[in-house]
Amino acid sequence: MEVGIIAKPRTFKYGGIHPPENKITANKPIIDLKTPEKIVVHLSQHTGLPAKPVVNKGDYVKTGQIIGEADGFISANIHSPVSGKIQKIDLEPDYSGYKKLAITIETQGDEWLDDIDNTNNIIEECNLSPQEIIEKIKKAGIVGLGGAMFPSHVKLSIPPGKSIDTLIINGVECEPYLTADHRLMLEKGKEIIIGIRILKKALNVKNVFIGIELNKIECINYLASLLDLNNEIKIIPLKVKYPQGGEKQLIQAITGREVPPGGLPADVGVVVFNVATTFAIYEAVQKNKPLIERIITVTGKCLENPINIRARIGTPINKLLEAAGAKVQNIRKLIVGGPMMGRAIDNFEAPVLKGTSGILVFGEDDALRNPHKSCIRCARCVQSCPMHLEPYLLMTLAERKLFEKLKNNNVTDCIECGSCSYICPSSRPLLDYIRYGKINVINLIRSKKL
Amino acid sequence: MNHILLLSILVLSALGGSLALILFFVASKFKIVEDPRIDIVEEALPGANCGGCGYSGCRAFAEALVKAEQLDNLLCPVGGNDVMKKVAEILGKAVTEQKPLVAVLRCNGTFQNRSKTSIYNGTKTCAITALFYKGDTGCQYGCLGYGDCVKVCQFDALHIDEVTGLPVVDDAKCTACGACVRECPRNLFELRIKQKKDRKIYVACMNEDKGGIARKYCNVACIGCSKCFQVCPHNAITMKNNLAYIDSEKCKLCRKCVEVCPTQAIIEFGFPPRKKEEINTSNVQNIV
Repeated sequence: MEVGIIAKPRTFKYGGIHPPENKITANKPIIDLKTPEKIVVHLSQHTGLPAKPVVNKGDYVKTGQIIGEADGFISANIHSPVSGKIQKIDLEPDYSGYKKLAITIETQGDEWLDDIDNTNNIIEECNLSPQEIIEKIKKAGIVGLGGAMFPSHVKLSIPPGKSIDTLIINGVECEPYLTADHRLMLEKGKEIIIGIRILKKALNVKNVFIGIELNKIECINYLASLLDLNNEIKIIPLKVKYPQGGEKQLIQAITGREVPPGGLPADVGVVVFNVATTFAIYEAVQKNKPLIERIITVTGKCLENPINIRARIGTPINKLLEAAGAKVQNIRKLIVGGPMMGRAIDNFEAPVLKGTSGILVFGEDDALRNPHKSCIRCARCVQSCPMHLEPYLLMTLAERKLFEKLKNNNVTDCIECGSCSYICPSSRPLLDYIRYGKINVINLIRSKKL
Repeated sequence: MNHILLLSILVLSALGGSLALILFFVASKFKIVEDPRIDIVEEALPGANCGGCGYSGCRAFAEALVKAEQLDNLLCPVGGNDVMKKVAEILGKAVTEQKPLVAVLRCNGTFQNRSKTSIYNGTKTCAITALFYKGDTGCQYGCLGYGDCVKVCQFDALHIDEVTGLPVVDDAKCTACGACVRECPRNLFELRIKQKKDRKIYVACMNEDKGGIARKYCNVACIGCSKCFQVCPHNAITMKNNLAYIDSEKCKLCRKCVEVCPTQAIIEFGFPPRKKEEINTSNVQNIV
């Protein structure tokens, strides 16, 4: 079908938008952030139940030591990102400002656990069995680093009755501004390829695809140069379109399969991993390094020095802003995550979570939303929705709290990409209401009232 | 010409007659026998369909009233004791008198008491704000002030005070239907027993943070110091999660707790102004 390792550009079928890319940090190499003096590690950094703390106040922990143990199957371990003394285990505000259980560590030096290989040496050989690989990933507390923070070992444990034949590596990074994955692919390409081989072994699949958008042509070329012509790993260039990095959109773009409403990628025989997750898996399996740091893009047009930075989990956001040369008094809006799906926060002390892919700073000009007007029935939101939903209808139903009708209109399929709110010429807050409706419908379904 | 006219009349009347017969038999066969008292009881109810009784509307409540053997657990909060007595008369059942209730807002975070820490630019409804954001002040428990409760009140008993930014309950109009209690995402409304002359004493704070943190963002936050708990002669006050709570059934409105509260988190309402303590100067000679 395809000639060589690079195939023809593809994209997903329905909806999508083309926001300005603004990838201003694409050429900035990743730098390391100095370990901060104090670190706050939230125990709820994944989908599922929060981890249980396994250390006490006053204990000395080394870098990489486990401090929170997974509580149940859908949960993940939390490791100490620094070495030092446990200052307190108490409620601390997260991005939303609501207080959640967290462990505060006072940094003392940087003493790593002995079995962690903290060098840049590349280890290619992996002789572990699939079960051992999954066990190692589970132990290292790896979660999806694209933003959803879904525990990776759960994704790899395929439920009985389902068979997986395709592994997709998500290097799309369709969110404007963010370049963390872009830089990672350029600087850690070899490691990512090894990570992909480990995943391939763990899942025992035939087809492996790497999806990369055409605006990262240098990543496509670099990764292609690492693979030989008859390689089992295929690189699929993708036409630039948002939200191509969404799991379901990427599956459709690459394989043409459509995940059924309410279904999982495993229902169509596909598992998707982000490139950053793949790199973390490489480090966990080959170098025993748990997930304690990640690459974050700190960007914005009003910044002096936008950067891609490697920071420990739990670093306060203002340290990252400092490194990027931001003046706090000039910041009017701070968004954690990408501009489309991220959330604005007002607490600059909030710590970085495992899923934080970017920090976006807006000055006076871009901070305010447009005032919203009446719906003019142009149906642009319907055209832009990649999930075949009718955002204008869902918003109206959510406004009137008609949760049963919302459920019948498949509000739970919404991936919250924000295309509808972006495209709306009347600037209606479609996604706000849809999120509200979706959360309520999910809660009602869970409590078996709907 | 004539016979066409005659034929049509005959056909149509035969058709009409036979259909009427079918309808008659169907109607008598599937006739629903309804207790005639339901209509009478429904007429006696206020007819607001507010759902305060826990049923979907006045009709459903009337059905429940007629079906019920005892009326003790059923109450129309809007009509109160008068309506319940009337209903009891119609049904020939006994009804115990219930104390009337009134809604109070357990937050006093006015613009003056609680400064803003950010500007909220999203959709201005409490439900959506509370889902994604702690609010534009430092307090994650307090009133957001976007008026979801005002929208849901059918009796015009709530409005937002422009000066304080908080909803105000109009005691005369409040029927204690509980719509605001169910609507508030921060769970700030409480139905308390209506005392004589609409007097009220309650802790106007829901902040569960430790004292210092609570005070940092709000001047009138309950800091959980337990002074009121110690001073209360009627054991009406309980302490839980750094927060005092006054049981309106036990409270005798003595106002001792209001005096000792260091942050004025306990609010008194409807009392005459206090007499200022006069300094006794009758047996003092020196003037300095």
